[in-house]
Amino acid sequence: MLSVIRQVTLLLVTLCFAVSAQATATPLKPDSELHAMAQQLIDAGYKEKQALTEALVEIDDPKTLEFSQVLMNGDLYYRKDDRVVVINADDAVTAFFTGDEITLENKRDIKKIAVNNSLRTILRAGIARMQIFSSNADIRKAAAVNLLKSADDIDSGTLKEALKNETDDDVKEVLLLVEGIRQLEAEDAETRLQGVEALSGSLYPDVRGALANYVRAAEADGRTEEVKAANVALEKIEAYLRANSVAENLYFGLALGAVLLLAAIGLAITFGVMGVINMAHGEMIMLGAYTTYVVQQLMPDHIGMSLVVAIPAAFLVSGLVGVAIERSVIRHLYGRPLETLLATFGISLVLQQAVRSVFSPLNREVATPDWMAGTFMINPALELTFNRLYIIIFSLIVLALLALVLKRTLFGLQMRAVTMNRPMASSMGIRTGWVDALTFGLGSGIAGIAGVALSQLTNVGPNMGQAYIIDSFMVVVFGGVGNLWGTLVGAMSLGVVNKLLEPWAGAVVAKILVLIFIILFIQKRPRGLFALKGRAADMG
Amino acid sequence: MTSNISNNIKGGPLTRLLMNDAAGRRLMLILMAVSVLVPLSNLFMPEGSLLHVSTYTMTLLGKYLCYALLAIAVDLIWGYCGILSLGHGAFFALGGYAMGMYLMRQIGDRGVYANPDLPDFMVFLNWTELPWYWLGFDQFWFAMIMVLAVPGLLAFVFGALAFRSRVTGVYLSIITQALTYALLLAFFRNDMGFGGNNGLTDFKDILGFDLQADSTRVALFFASGIALVGGYLISRFIVTSKLGRVLIAIRDSESRARFLGYRVEWYKLFVFVVSSMLAGVAGALYVPQVGIINPGEFAPINSIEIIIWVAVGGRGTLYGAVIGALLVNYAKTYFTGAFAELWLFMLGGLFVLTTLYLPKGVVGLWAQIKEKYLSSGGSAGSSGGSSTGGNPSDSPAPGTEKAEGKA
Repeated sequence: MLSVIRQVTLLLVTLCFAVSAQATATPLKPDSELHAMAQQLIDAGYKEKQALTEALVEIDDPKTLEFSQVLMNGDLYYRKDDRVVVINADDAVTAFFTGDEITLENKRDIKKIAVNNSLRTILRAGIARMQIFSSNADIRKAAAVNLLKSADDIDSGTLKEALKNETDDDVKEVLLLVEGIRQLEAEDAETRLQGVEALSGSLYPDVRGALANYVRAAEADGRTEEVKAANVALEKIEAYLRANSVAENLYFGLALGAVLLLAAIGLAITFGVMGVINMAHGEMIMLGAYTTYVVQQLMPDHIGMSLVVAIPAAFLVSGLVGVAIERSVIRHLYGRPLETLLATFGISLVLQQAVRSVFSPLNREVATPDWMAGTFMINPALELTFNRLYIIIFSLIVLALLALVLKRTLFGLQMRAVTMNRPMASSMGIRTGWVDALTFGLGSGIAGIAGVALSQLTNVGPNMGQAYIIDSFMVVVFGGVGNLWGTLVGAMSLGVVNKLLEPWAGAVVAKILVLIFIILFIQKRPRGLFALKGRAADMG
Repeated sequence: MTSNISNNIKGGPLTRLLMNDAAGRRLMLILMAVSVLVPLSNLFMPEGSLLHVSTYTMTLLGKYLCYALLAIAVDLIWGYCGILSLGHGAFFALGGYAMGMYLMRQIGDRGVYANPDLPDFMVFLNWTELPWYWLGFDQFWFAMIMVLAVPGLLAFVFGALAFRSRVTGVYLSIITQALTYALLLAFFRNDMGFGGNNGLTDFKDILGFDLQADSTRVALFFASGIALVGGYLISRFIVTSKLGRVLIAIRDSESRARFLGYRVEWYKLFVFVVSSMLAGVAGALYVPQVGIINPGEFAPINSIEIIIWVAVGGRGTLYGAVIGALLVNYAKTYFTGAFAELWLFMLGGLFVLTTLYLPKGVVGLWAQIKEKYLSSGGSAGSSGGSSTGGNPSDSPAPGTEKAEGKA
């Protein structure tokens, strides 16, 4: 019985194919041309499939592209008993036309619609053509970029037509490159040189590969003229790539600078404004990072939100610890910087050991929320990660807020008054003791915020603060004590110089060079880049 | 009776040197006795006897003696000249490396790769010839010169730059810390040619004597004791000389000393270089006893630990530095063994409590108690933690801080 139906269907579809298109009378859901084609493909042998595929890629149907892709990938199946065409990929079976999920009782209920290499060639060219004429510019661009890998997938007529119709400049540029790559294989030298000309300076890795291959071929054939031209084009590409890598290092440098800035802003307050050498500053950063970890443990379902919650939490935790340290130890040591240094170093050891005892000495993993992940593309050879961008922006916001607090709030006013003339401020009714405590708390709290940012970039462990303490001091000393603007410039320039030196000196040597530079710099300008002048200088 | 012996050995000038230094005299005598008695007991007392000092204990004590010498070096500049160096571990380590290089060359072809010309780690890195800066280190005298010259030269260059441009106080502390941190990073690199991460180790013998033999250990212990006493006497000589008075003047008020016409930077440079050389010697004696030198010795925390030894002992006394180094290191050995978790709490607490309540260290404890309870009953409490900056003339240490706080 089944075989009879199949016979009839076969007869019918062959008929349909013969009259081409507009098939209306298949017994199985005759709703589209594509559907009919699918039914034909089920039964066709490889010979007939050749003709069918060529017709398939011409079908004007929104689903033709997907159909061809699935077919080419070998994921297209049909169910034996009712001839429904299905996609069998990623361990799931879905009906192609309706999109319904299908559960199979037996794996053998479905059968693959097989393709061979010659069919794949037809499909690939067809897909490329379909994509290149898609109404969506992104799809067109993706298709064109794909063509750079295999420029032969498109015939010259189609390419010309695509170029003529193309309205989007971006896509057109890539299409011209595709043309250039095709021209490299042309018969006459004139066209080949045109191709070289077209490809010169493009940043797509495939273009570079194509040019390199071309140089090799031309060298083998002894076409010196062309080798020269192609080498010039490659040279130009290399130059662009070098500029790219400089730009990338600059970006990394700014990101490192932002991290240093965050770490150093707090120090700029405690050391710069109050004159307290706080060796436990790195541990305030560490406490902030651990706060982030704890917040994430408390709200595991909202990783994206946890970071937002962690910022004020870390500020509070580190700030309160800071106030406690100020009230219990530092208060007794004002005016004795070397002793303050030793006492706060002792505190840093205690805090490290405390964290080690509570959380274990091992590093803790802090998850990165989705909105921090991802990259954005500047040009085909340069992609920059979002998280660094966020940290740069974040550090600038923190700096701006702090400047605002210092310049525009009552607390900022009192703080500056106490720094300038303590007895006078006290006579004016300012409670200098509390201002000291809150100032120290503010500096420590900002260190805690730095810890939140750092938890996104590095490991969170008991020793993490140690890694930043020396760098932070370098930034503050380099930028000039008691000067937020100097801290910004100091952090950014140290970060950028460090990263720009890295490619040719290596990470460690770069760091050593920067340290030596600062040591020499302090010799020349012991008060830093932006030294306070006049009466304020005596306070530092 | 014993004092006669020591005087007979060193002769006349020594008497003058130690005349007003009863505590130092006593400590030196004890140290001399220890450096003689401990080796004797190790060699001649039967094992198991109560009086027998095991080689392990003796090596440990030898290590402490090296640390004590290092503490003297730091006290010399911090206690008497107000230079708080947070990088003195670097000079110690450099002296250690110079000694380590000599010991490395003594291994000869007994290394794992049996290469007579190159140390093992160089063979491992596929180096074919000895770098120029290793030349000469197979000679003991050359290595000994380097033990003094390398730290001395670094201190000279660094100090000349820093002191001439008047980098003082905490700025100086921070850049000395940066210095040792930079060296730490540098020595971790394999292509520096100092063994990278692993440092120099696997030493076999020194001057032809087996390093593992008890007799060699005894000799090293004795040498450490002598070096410590020698270092103490040198430092004592410096601080009691006229130059020493100038140093104290600089400590208490640098600008005033400068206005009086003293070339402050040269005085500071001199004492800084001497101190770095003492640290270098301490490192050189330390390495053969512990059998390894690696970049970890450059870690900033090591340098800061030296400061705490001096602070605990009592700065500006020299003998206090020795006592502090011995006390803290004994505590460290004991607590890291018994309660590893607690050690950092203890060390941290020590930092805080010493600075708050023991500004003159343990050697000043008695004077502090006497001042508080015996002499001035009425104003008890005035010499508590927060008011130690009160009297610069008889408590030199806080006086420094005052001067620097104003600068």
